[in-house]
This record gives sequence, C-alpha cells and structure tokens, in this order.
Amino acid sequence: MKKGLWIVLGLIAAVLAIGFLSFGGIYNGLVQREEAVESAWAQVENVYQRRADLVPNLVNTVKGFAAQEREVLQNVVEARSKVSQVNLNASEIVNDPAALQRFQELQGQLSSALSRLLVTVERYPELKSSQNFLALQQQLEGTENRITVERMRFNEAAQSFNTYRRQFPNVFLANLMGFKEKAYFEADEGSDAAPTVEF
Amino acid sequence: MNRRFFFGLAFTFLLWSVPGPSSALEVPPHPDGYISDRAELLSPSAKAQLEAMLRDFEVQTSNQVVVATFPSLEGESLEDFSIQLAEAWKIGQQGKDNGVIFLIFKLDRKMRIEVGYGLESVLSDALAGQIIRDVVTPHFRQGRMETGIAAGLAAILEAIEGEYQGSGSSGDALRRRTLTPAELKALQRQSARILVLLLGVAAVLFAVDLFRYHAYRKTHQTHPRRYSFWEWFFRFALLVAIVSLLFRIFFYMLLFSRGGYGSHGRGGGGFSGGGGRFGGGGASGGW
Repeated sequence: MKKGLWIVLGLIAAVLAIGFLSFGGIYNGLVQREEAVESAWAQVENVYQRRADLVPNLVNTVKGFAAQEREVLQNVVEARSKVSQVNLNASEIVNDPAALQRFQELQGQLSSALSRLLVTVERYPELKSSQNFLALQQQLEGTENRITVERMRFNEAAQSFNTYRRQFPNVFLANLMGFKEKAYFEADEGSDAAPTVEF
Repeated sequence: MNRRFFFGLAFTFLLWSVPGPSSALEVPPHPDGYISDRAELLSPSAKAQLEAMLRDFEVQTSNQVVVATFPSLEGESLEDFSIQLAEAWKIGQQGKDNGVIFLIFKLDRKMRIEVGYGLESVLSDALAGQIIRDVVTPHFRQGRMETGIAAGLAAILEAIEGEYQGSGSSGDALRRRTLTPAELKALQRQSARILVLLLGVAAVLFAVDLFRYHAYRKTHQTHPRRYSFWEWFFRFALLVAIVSLLFRIFFYMLLFSRGGYGSHGRGGGGFSGGGGRFGGGGASGGW
C-alpha cells in the first residue's frame, strides 16, 4: 500500500515537472517572439526617423530654387513636425492597434506631402538637375524603400508572435501573463490617393 | 464505384505533383557564384576576370560583392524582387552585414544596387545612385554591358574598400555548414560515450536500489523515505536522456546509410552568402 502511494506521488511529480518545463518553454517562446516584435519596431521607427531627418535639408534645397511654392513646402514642414511630436514607446504602440493606426496616419500625411513636393519639383529643371537635390532625392527614395522593408519585417514578426500566442496551450498562459496581441501595419492609405499632377 | 474513386484519387495526386505555371520571376535559391549571369551579358573571359576580382576583394576585405543579371523582371517590382533575393542569398558576413548585390534586368532596362546594413554608411543611397547614374548608365546606353558592369563594380569596390579589413574568406569557403562523414562519425562516437556514461550511472543507481532492497529484506521494515522527489526526478530525467540519445544514434546511423548528410540539394556550385542582412538600402535606376 505504501509502495502504491509512492508510485502515485512519483507520477504526480513527473507530471508536474513536465508541466513546469513546458510552461517555461511557452513563456520563453512568448518572450522571445515579443522581443523580436519590439526590435522590428525599433527598426521601423529608425527608418521613419531617418526620413524625418532628411526633410529639413530637402526643404531648404527646394526653397533655394522654388521659394514661391510656399504652400507645398509648408505642408511638408507641418507634416514633419506632427510626426516628430508622436511620442510613444515601443511596447505601447505595438500592443495598441489604434495607436499604430494613428502613427501610420501621420507618417502617411508626411508621405503624401513629400510626394506632392516631388511632383512640384518637376517644374524646376535647374533644381531637378542640381547635384544636391539629386543626392537628396536618391536618399529619400532609399529611405522609402527601407520603410517598406522594415514595415514588412515588422508585420512578419508580429504575425509570428500572434500565431504563437493564439495556439492551443499557449493562449492560456499568454492571457494569464498579460501578453497582448500585436498590431499590424495596414496597406498604405497613401497608395489609393495618388497625388494629382497639374500641368 | 471503387474504380472511379481510385482514378479520382490518382488524378488528384497527379494534379498535386504537377507544378503550377509560375507567373512571376522566381528568386534563385542561391547564387551561381560571384557573378550569376542569367541574362548572359558577359563573355566567359570577362566573367572569369570579374569573378577573380570579387573573390580577391572578399579575401582581402571580407566584403562580399555579387552580381546578378536576369533577362526580365517578368512583371515583378524591382525593389520587391531585389529584397527577396537579398534575403534568400544572405550575401555578406553574419554580424558585419557587409554584402552588396548589383542587379541588372536586361529587357526592363533596370538595375539596382542593394546594400547590406553594414555598408550603408560607406555606400550611401546617394553614392549608389550616383554610381548607377554617372558610371554605369552611360556605358549601358551605348550597349556596352560588359564595360558598364566592370566600371560599376570598380566604383562599388572603391567605395566600400575602407570598411572592414581583413579576416575574409572567399564565398566558396563560406558554404552552408554541412557535416562531413568524419564529423558525423565523431559526433556518433561522442554520443556513444555519453550513452555509456549514462548507462553507467543507471547501473550504479540500480545497484544502490538492489542494496536497499536487500537491507529492507533483512530488517523487515521500510526504508524511511526510500525515494525522495528529486530521486524520482533524477531517475526520470536519466531515462529520458538515455532514450533520446538512443534515438539520436539511430538517426545518425540512418543518415550514414543514406550516404552523407547535406550533400544533396546544392547543385555543385558551392557558393553562398555568409548570413548578411539587408534593409532595403541602395539605389535603383534605369537606362
């Protein structure tokens, strides 16, 4: 009888040990994926910041040739200042779809203001061919491309986290420990409203 | 009815096994070498010369620069395809991310210089754009593809020369880690040794148990706390370890009988990137 009791106790201990180990595994998996999402977000912020840093230089260069395009330039400057006012830390924004949406909206406004500026520039051949402007334009293009890449990677990381979080035993632990689902970047709203070209 | 079912099943399998028509250009799983000239823009001698130049450059500086030419983008977006290719090929060393890919699409008359994270500071977007515009495009416009590629490469190498010195091994050596039969044998021997050790521990435990049982029989009373929790835990872990090791050894044996691990799936090229990452830096252009 005593022996039976020990066996039962041993089995319970084994089950507990296995449970503990898998619990730890899931928790670590969640932490690891969340970390990946946050570092992907850091990259996203990085490239957006890079674009914002380009703006003053670009505006000054254009001003030198086309100071009369006040409105277009003003739009860019305003959109830029709004973007830099966004002050959210990574964990706030990746856990909150509304905050991410807002971030994306502001960045989208800067995108469309910039593309309007570039369209305007087409009317100034000497500006378009200046080395300084060419270099800036090239950098802007490169930065936009980086933004696309990092946004894609962020979405991949967020998707990996969300998929893992929603799987069967993981979801209980995730809810228990307060791991929130991560937000995604939506397709750019700027893409359906192309800037109008005036001749 | 049975027969119809069977044919239906066979047909389904047949459909599965036939690859669907690929509508877009597919990223080759790995580069052919420093120069992957799928559009055949280079003569064999020029190709050999450039390959040698890029190999030397990598040995000296550890920076990995490769060229990829394709006949056409087949409707893909230049930047999308380019980053996909960069992610697949992993040009540049891991940690340094010091790779550059020069892509050319013949029929679209488009090109792109894709720059790895680690070289973005020396080969900036502006500089990459300038190389495309001022160095390569004039040659390409006059149909001198070979000179254009060579001049572009020379400009790229010049730009990144100062970054990362030494410690380079050529891409031929940077191939994917595969286990040679000797390594496999060593691994097998090692796990066999661990297995012997574990079995030894198990035998000692068993002897202790026997001894205890003997003592119990003698005194006709239960040993106080014959098995503690940790004893159980340890025994259980030991069992798991032994079983998993047995499986591993079995697995290695299986691999052995199939004639080497990892020797397939790599069409003899033996060239690959070293794990460099790209973040979309660089510039695009056309001619």
